[in-house]
Amino acid sequence: MNQPTSGAANQDGSISVRRSTHSPIFTLVGAFVLVALLTAAPWIFSAQFATTLTNFFILVIMATMWNLLAGYAGMVSIGQQAFVGLGAYATLYLALKGMDPFVTIPLAAVVCAAISYPVTYLLFRLRGGYFSIATWVVADTAMLIIGTIAVLGGGTGRSMPGLQNLSPSQTAHDSYLATWFVALIVVAGTYYLLRSRLGLVLASIRDNEVAARSSGANVRSARRLVFVIAAAGCGAAGAVLVISQPFVQPSSVFNLQWAAEMLFVSMIGGLGTIEGPIIGSAIYFVLQQTLQQQGAWYLIIFGSIAVVVALWQPRGLWGAFRDRFHTELLPVGHWVDNIKSPE
Amino acid sequence: MSKPLLDVHGLVVHHGQLKAIDDVSFSLNEGEVLAVIGANGAGKSTLLRTVAGLHRPTEGSISLDGSDIARLSPHRRVALGISLVPEGRRLFSTMTLEENLRVGAFHAKKGPFDIERIYELFNWMPKRRRQYAWQLSGGEQQAVAIGRALVANPRVLLLDELSLGLAPIVIERIYALVPEIVSHGVSVLIVEQDVAQGVAVADRVHCLLEGKTSLTGVPADLTSEQIDHAYFGADLAPSSPVQGSE
Amino acid sequence: MVWLNVVIQGVLIGGFYALFACGLSLMFGVLKVINLAHGDMAVVAGYAAVFLTPHLHIPEVWSFLIVVPLFGLIGYVLQRTLIQKSIDRDPFTTLLVTFGLSVIIENLLLEIYTANGQTINIGSLITKSWHPTSIIYISYLSLAVLGAAVLVLVFLQLFLSKTGTGRLIRAVADDREAAQLSGANYRHVFGIAAAIAFATVALAGIAYGMMTQFAPTSGGVNLLFAFEAVVIGGIGSLWGTLVGGVALGVAQQFGAHFNPQYQVLAGNVLFLLVLAVRPQGLFGKKTALA
Repeated sequence: MNQPTSGAANQDGSISVRRSTHSPIFTLVGAFVLVALLTAAPWIFSAQFATTLTNFFILVIMATMWNLLAGYAGMVSIGQQAFVGLGAYATLYLALKGMDPFVTIPLAAVVCAAISYPVTYLLFRLRGGYFSIATWVVADTAMLIIGTIAVLGGGTGRSMPGLQNLSPSQTAHDSYLATWFVALIVVAGTYYLLRSRLGLVLASIRDNEVAARSSGANVRSARRLVFVIAAAGCGAAGAVLVISQPFVQPSSVFNLQWAAEMLFVSMIGGLGTIEGPIIGSAIYFVLQQTLQQQGAWYLIIFGSIAVVVALWQPRGLWGAFRDRFHTELLPVGHWVDNIKSPE
Repeated sequence: MSKPLLDVHGLVVHHGQLKAIDDVSFSLNEGEVLAVIGANGAGKSTLLRTVAGLHRPTEGSISLDGSDIARLSPHRRVALGISLVPEGRRLFSTMTLEENLRVGAFHAKKGPFDIERIYELFNWMPKRRRQYAWQLSGGEQQAVAIGRALVANPRVLLLDELSLGLAPIVIERIYALVPEIVSHGVSVLIVEQDVAQGVAVADRVHCLLEGKTSLTGVPADLTSEQIDHAYFGADLAPSSPVQGSE
Repeated sequence: MVWLNVVIQGVLIGGFYALFACGLSLMFGVLKVINLAHGDMAVVAGYAAVFLTPHLHIPEVWSFLIVVPLFGLIGYVLQRTLIQKSIDRDPFTTLLVTFGLSVIIENLLLEIYTANGQTINIGSLITKSWHPTSIIYISYLSLAVLGAAVLVLVFLQLFLSKTGTGRLIRAVADDREAAQLSGANYRHVFGIAAAIAFATVALAGIAYGMMTQFAPTSGGVNLLFAFEAVVIGGIGSLWGTLVGGVALGVAQQFGAHFNPQYQVLAGNVLFLLVLAVRPQGLFGKKTALA
């Protein structure tokens, strides 16, 4: 619960804790308008723009999950495409079994969470860069195994069943809504997760891992939980990805480029902020749309910006903005006002 | 009086928000032994590490022979003649005794000390030169750490908590070396929690309390009450004389 | 006899993996960071050999004489600038920056040289081999690469243990601060370690370009194999890396023997098995373990 800002409470020298830099009502109204607008988007805009928005929100989902991993829990994964791919193939498999593809989206997330849990027991044996490359080995292994399963189309892939009775514009329409709702759930869920006890544990790990460990915070299980959640989120992203395409191929859904995009977008927007990945995704899409005639140049330019930001503005664009204007749209921290030391 | 060899003036050092050293000034003359004493957390180690270049001062100057060195990196200061024997020895544990000395000698200036000279100073070393650092006892490691700093031929040798974790007899033996080192023209700045050792070996004493200078003087002129007071602060000074603590 | 050949081919390719991995291992040992663009550096070296050395009228077989020292220099400069700057922030930033570099390099190569495969032309040497029996087949080139790997490891071992600069590198790896207090400029020492790492990976890249086709994206998969070799052999052990490379190579050849699809998978499975059963690797210390 938000505690309202109160100046009067400070007069007697007590401590007041706020969780927001401005009135929460302002945020709530703004959020409501935004949600309504984005839900109505496919009725307002062209089908082509809806498709672009779909891809944008897929990236928002992935980047938010990556940011939760790296920005809040300090785990640089370059293998999140493992769960994008596994989510995609979970959806394909269930659709082949006759399920409605849209119903499979939460199931794909559950499948990825279930797979990621035992995987953490291997990955958490390594740290730093070795952890990073090991996540990539996991993604590579998942891709190679999927590629040997003939029912799922092997290495060449196959198209998504269960969508034939929808027209292309209907598919675009429905997959946009599905993606947008998943993105909404992922961002809102991450927001509430970080405001919960887990958020506090993660913040204490980030500040001082040794101290957090010795004060009883269970560092390892907090990290494990984050890894599983991030896998589930990326799995859902993979599911909506293949529904919107609608085609699945191992080399595309397990592509390292997904990890690259998640990383660049989070870094440029601002690691360790909820808003950062969303802003980073927006910049990425503007750049991609502008430079789409120029082949891979948008990735080169975007990557260079990311490197520059990491070195000279490590808190990202949103972090820099926030530091300057002392404002947060989606605050996850606590502000302590007016601590008076006892006389 | 000639100009001091090492002159520290108005030094302020921060650890993040915390002011670890607050406006400390002192000087060290050629051939002199100065002991900086003080309780745990008084800022002694920070002071030495700042002189050696491991911390950047917020304010103040550190000059060697009249030229300011406060902005130089540690390896540049070694080249100019400031060597620190760090707290906890910090030997290269995957290397042998001799390799540790060789690392120290790699960028050495010309001077009285070389590895052969160190082997004469510590005559047990040649037999054990091929042993790894972790195979040596605490006192032996401390000797190697001193040797590693000496082979660089410093003009100022900084000794940080030599007594830490060592038996009294070993501490005594190590401190017995200080006059020998000074006789080769090396000036020595000692940081010591063990007040008795610090006072015994030093020409002058500089006491720190919570980052500030609380007392300076020549050991013979100071009473144990004065030292207690400077060491613990006004509220905590015990009535009995200070023993070498920890 | 078929199995003996599988093992021999595995050992030969394992030498290449070790050559590829020793720079990675050295950088991690001294700088405590992983260069995620390591694999891409090898690919750039391959492109340099194909497109640069013809301008200098040097046969491509001898291109390494130019490219390897050049990469040593590039490694030193890159370390003293970009990588050092990221290390000064934190290890986390180094991962982000080197991964960024990796993606930039890959896509630049793609834009400049397209996705077409390239090879380094070494004339008839590519086909020459020794057949002690009708089944066993030993390519002279693979043998030369294995030999080069062993030579590089011997050189590294001697350099690190017998020279002053080598000792300084080990000192910085052991305790950076204590090394500084002994007069070492650790940034310069980092630069030297990076120079060696880049030189060895350039050699590996050229060897790769001689053995097979390479493309802009070849760096990633090779980094993966190099990393697996390092972990299997044991992090922080140079000779362990050779053993790890050989173990990986043999596992891959066994996999490929059943089904070419299983080649890489078998290597990955061995890696994950080692991680599960003996996470410090065959010869490793527990430094990189969480």
